This record gives sequence, C-alpha cells and structure tokens, in this order.
Amino acid sequence: MSRIEGVLKSLKEQGRKALIPYITAGDPHPDQTVGLMHTLVAAGADIIELGVPFSDPMADGPVIQLACERALKFNTSLRDVLGMVKEFRKTDSDTPVVLMGYLNPMEAMGYEAFADAAADAGLDGVLTVDLPPEEADQVAPLFAERKLDPIFLLAPTTTDERIRAISEHSSGYVYYVSIKGVTGSATIDVDEVARKVAHVHELTALPVGVGFGIRDAETAAAVGRVSDGVIVGSVLVDTIARHQTDPDGLRKALTDLLHPMREALDSLS
Amino acid sequence: MSVKLTEEMLKALPDAKGHFGAFGGRFVSETLMDSLMTLEREYLRLKDDPEFQATFDKDLADYVGRPSPLYFAERLTRETGGAQIWLKREDLNHTGAHKVNNTIGQALLASFLGKKRIIAETGAGQHGVATATVCARLGLECHVFMGSEDVKRQSLNVYRMKLLGATVHAVESGTKTLKDAMNDAMRDWVANVDETFYIIGTVAGPHPYPLLVRDFQSVIGRETRRQSLEKTGKLPDALVACVGGGSNAIGMFYPFLTDESVELYGVEAGGLGIETGQHAAPLCAGRPGVLHGNRTYLMEDENGQIAGTHSVSAGLDYPGVGPEHSWLKDIGRANYVSVTDEEALDGFRKLTRIEGIMPALESAHAVAYALKLAATMDKDQMLVINVSGRGDKDIHTIAQLDGIEI
Repeated sequence: MSRIEGVLKSLKEQGRKALIPYITAGDPHPDQTVGLMHTLVAAGADIIELGVPFSDPMADGPVIQLACERALKFNTSLRDVLGMVKEFRKTDSDTPVVLMGYLNPMEAMGYEAFADAAADAGLDGVLTVDLPPEEADQVAPLFAERKLDPIFLLAPTTTDERIRAISEHSSGYVYYVSIKGVTGSATIDVDEVARKVAHVHELTALPVGVGFGIRDAETAAAVGRVSDGVIVGSVLVDTIARHQTDPDGLRKALTDLLHPMREALDSLS
Repeated sequence: MSVKLTEEMLKALPDAKGHFGAFGGRFVSETLMDSLMTLEREYLRLKDDPEFQATFDKDLADYVGRPSPLYFAERLTRETGGAQIWLKREDLNHTGAHKVNNTIGQALLASFLGKKRIIAETGAGQHGVATATVCARLGLECHVFMGSEDVKRQSLNVYRMKLLGATVHAVESGTKTLKDAMNDAMRDWVANVDETFYIIGTVAGPHPYPLLVRDFQSVIGRETRRQSLEKTGKLPDALVACVGGGSNAIGMFYPFLTDESVELYGVEAGGLGIETGQHAAPLCAGRPGVLHGNRTYLMEDENGQIAGTHSVSAGLDYPGVGPEHSWLKDIGRANYVSVTDEEALDGFRKLTRIEGIMPALESAHAVAYALKLAATMDKDQMLVINVSGRGDKDIHTIAQLDGIEI
C-alpha cells in the first residue's frame, strides 16, 4: 500500500477527511519551502501538494502564476523541488507529498531520470495538469515500477466514460476540479459539487479529493461533507504573497488559515 | 534523411490521438478534453459534408476574394539573377493576410456547433483582425487576447479590432507576447467552455487544431499548384514561406508534400542572430517539448521553462511551432532556416522598392531568404514566395527603426 493510500484509508476508518494544502515550491524563496511544508503538517495537513513552478501555467489563475514567477526568479527547477522533498523526508516519513505541475519540466529532465529521482526523494504522487491519461503511456510504467501514484484530474465536463477510464489510470486518489475555470477564480456552487462528487463516487472506488475554490472553513466543511478530502491552494499562495518578507508572520498566517479548516473538517466526523 | 511521402501516409496523419510522428497530441487540462473531442468529431464529420464545404468555398471566393493571384515578379527576378521568382499574393486577401482563410473556416465550425462567443489570441494582430472580421459578419461576440507588448507594437491592428466590435484584452503576464496571449485565451476557454469557441490562429495547439487549421489554409497550396501548372506548365522547384506557428507555411506546403521535386523552405525569425539566443527559431535552434497542448520543437531552458523570444515581427515572436512542421523537419521533407531582423527588413525594402509590394514583416522573412536562394538556382527554375500578409500594419515599426516619427 502506498503512503497516500495508507493515509487516506486510515482517515476513512476514523471517519475523517483529508486536508490537502498546495504551495508552490520556491515561493517566496527556495530556502523556505521545506520549513513551510512542516508548518502545513503542524497545522493539520494530511497530504501536501507541492507545485513545480512553470513559466506558462495555463490552468492557473493570477495568484499561482505570480507564485511561479517568484519561484522562477530563483531558477527553482524540478530537480531543486525533488531536493526539497528529500529534505522534508529526513524529518517526516509519514506525510505523503504529491508534485503538481506541468509536463514540460518533466519532459526536459527526462521521464526516467525524473521517476528515479522522485522515488529516491521519497515522493508519493505526481499530478501533471496537462497530461491526460491518453498521453501518459510513456510515464505510466515508469511510475508504476517505482510505486509513484499517478493522480489525474476530473472536471465538471468529464463524461462518465472518461471518469471510468481516468480512474483506471489513477491510484491514490482522483482530483475533482470543482469549477470550470482556472485556480483561484470563482466561488463554488456547493450543491452542484455535491451532486457531481456523489456521481463520481458511483463510478470509481478511489478516494475523491476536491479542489479549486476552497478558501475557508465553511467551504472546506461543505466540500468535505461530500468528498474524501479537500485541496486548498490559491488562498494559501495568496497568503504567502502577502508575507513574502516576513517568515514568522507567514508561518502564523498559514497556521491561522489551516487550523479552522482542520477543525471544520474534523467536526464533520 | 528524406522520406518519400505518399498520399496514404499523409491520410494516416495525424493519427487518432492527433500525433504527427512523435509530435502533436492533446496535452491540456481535463476541463477542455470534452470540448476538444466534440470539436474533433464534428470537424471530421463536416469536412466531408458538401454543404459545409460549399459554404466555405463560397465565402473564400466572394468574401475573401480568392483565388489570390500567383504573380511573376519579373523585375525582382532580373535584379536577383537566378530562379524566376513568383509571389503568392495572400496579402491581397480581405483583411490583408492569409489568416482569414482559417477564421472563415473556424467561424463556420462555430456556427455549426451553435457557439455564440468567440475567443482568439493574436501576435501581430492579423489573426485578431481576421477573427474580429468574421465575428462582425456573423454577429458573434468576439474577445481577442494580445500581449501588452504587442498591443504597443501593433496599435493600428488593435484599433481595427475595436472598430470591428471586438474586445481586446491586453495580457500583462509572462513575456507579454503571443505565448502569454495564448495562455490567457486558454484560461478564458476553460472558464467559459460551454458557450465559447476558441479560434486558434496557427497550426499549433491541441488536436484537432493543427489538423483543421492546416486543412483551411491548404487552399493556398492548392491554388498555387493549379496556377503554377496553368501559367508555366510545371510545378515550382522551391516554395518559401515564413514560419512562426507555421500556418501560412503548412497551407502552402501541404498540397506539395508528395511532389518530391518541390523543395520546401520554412523561414524562422533569426532575430538578432541565432548565436545571440535572441530569436524565435525553435526548429533551427530548439528541442522537442510540450507547450500549448502539443508536443513540438520549443525554445526552452535546460529546466524546461519556456524561453523568451525576440523578433522584429510580432507574428513570428513565438517559442513553439506547429507539430506537423516538427515532423516534416525530422523526416527531412522540409528545410527550416532563419533570417535575422536586419535581413528581413532588407527583404521588406527590396520587395517594396522593386515590385511596389509592401510585405508584412513576417512575410519579409520569406522574401529575404528567397532572394538568397533564388540567386543560387538556375534561370529556368521557379521559386514561389508566400507573401502571407501586407505590411501596412508594420509601417510604425519600420518608421521607428528609421528614426522617423509619424
């Protein structure tokens, strides 16, 4: 059983929901990322999604675009990001880490070199926004051999046939994108999300994480009620942007954001 | 290594997943997959539909003014010495460039699909103008995304789009040029996917765009082939076209791919010189990667971050290229070369002064290379330059380089 499966199974047994924060690696500075990952865990994170900065993040809104630009000022590369994961693993062997990013940095590094380095770093899952399962023939066996969970997106526009097919290519969890739009753009319609996620649950046995548009304890609880986990990104990244020069203030602000979400999720059980 | 292409080989490409050999494909976020699959299905149905084709052909004839002439540039030929130089006059199309061939086709597709809201990206503004034009004609809502750098360089086209009723969105992210305009168009598309049709202006993007843009632009090469046979009794020996994303070049090349005797030359923007790194020539100096929904040659750094580009011509200022060109490069069927900003400006001046035809700065790249090539060819050989657009839009840029305020 992979670390992701283990964590999600144990949460399910306790009747709890996963809190999955996202931050962009290298933002506001590469030296701070590992510390921030530990902060997220201390504030209640069950899994961490770590963004790999890319020059052209087409599926992201302005908040995460700017985070990529900040990280790229320091030339934060995919290799650097894997180095951060390795560093994080030295003191945390329990919390799964999922890389979230775009295909080109991985293609430039070479799929096999990436898969080797990822396994060596103690990475758990890979979510590549612009890689649908149809194009994943090359990476899938490399990931499978190294027990890396491939995590794919499901969208409001995904047909039932595709939900089934995508689930077959996924392990760990599937990521349901709650809105039609880029990250951080719109407010979610909780009833609509509930309906869709319930439907996804009928078509796959995998845990379903829901992201895009979760910004506070209230939306986290509403989405947590119908899913197995909530993914929180832009609101955290925006907080990082506002505390770029104040590491202590940043840690406190992130904790103050995640704590109420953790409590709201746990109050559901 | 050149491969002899046959009609059967060409029919099999792109394959069912949109691949041209190792290139192309569909690398987009899941939200767009359903729309792309629907578009593919509908296009494959409509491309053989007599009513759709008849409407497309009629619009190209009566609205665009096709066929565009194939003109023998007699004086330019004499001055250059060497092959006979002929010009395919896409600059004479309505709106002044080849772009309209594609926007007519895609807008027709949008109408068949019942989409009322159109988005487009633009670099030089030619595709934006061509899109705004067909939207005005069909009464469709039109949003054009344009890098804020390009908005400055191409203010005339920005105003043309506004006159035509389009909303122009100046894109401030990244390098503020064509690639960022495409990023923002994709972001808009994801957010408004149900009611929006994205008219991509070049042969790049996710499948089926490289296929349908190529099909719509192939009218250029089909006409050239026919006109060449009518006027000279033979096929040209060489075709020269500029390559940014590569839509005018693929439109010119495609109907000649199986004609082994016809040499194909795609001319990329060499900017300040390939050796300076300040250029926009992924086929000449890049490597394969994935951007904007397809695998193709790209300009990128060692970490896979997309590199900034430079060209005097906004329409060529793009770090990628259509996947079919990447394939043609790898199999050796087409030659990809580059000329610098300075050479292109020289080509612009020559065509203007010798033939009285002012080409777009994009097309001036093809002119500049063609003049070098023609000089090395025999007098009984024939070379066709695709003059993909007219140069009015670039007058400000050229005046500025000349230190003149207008």
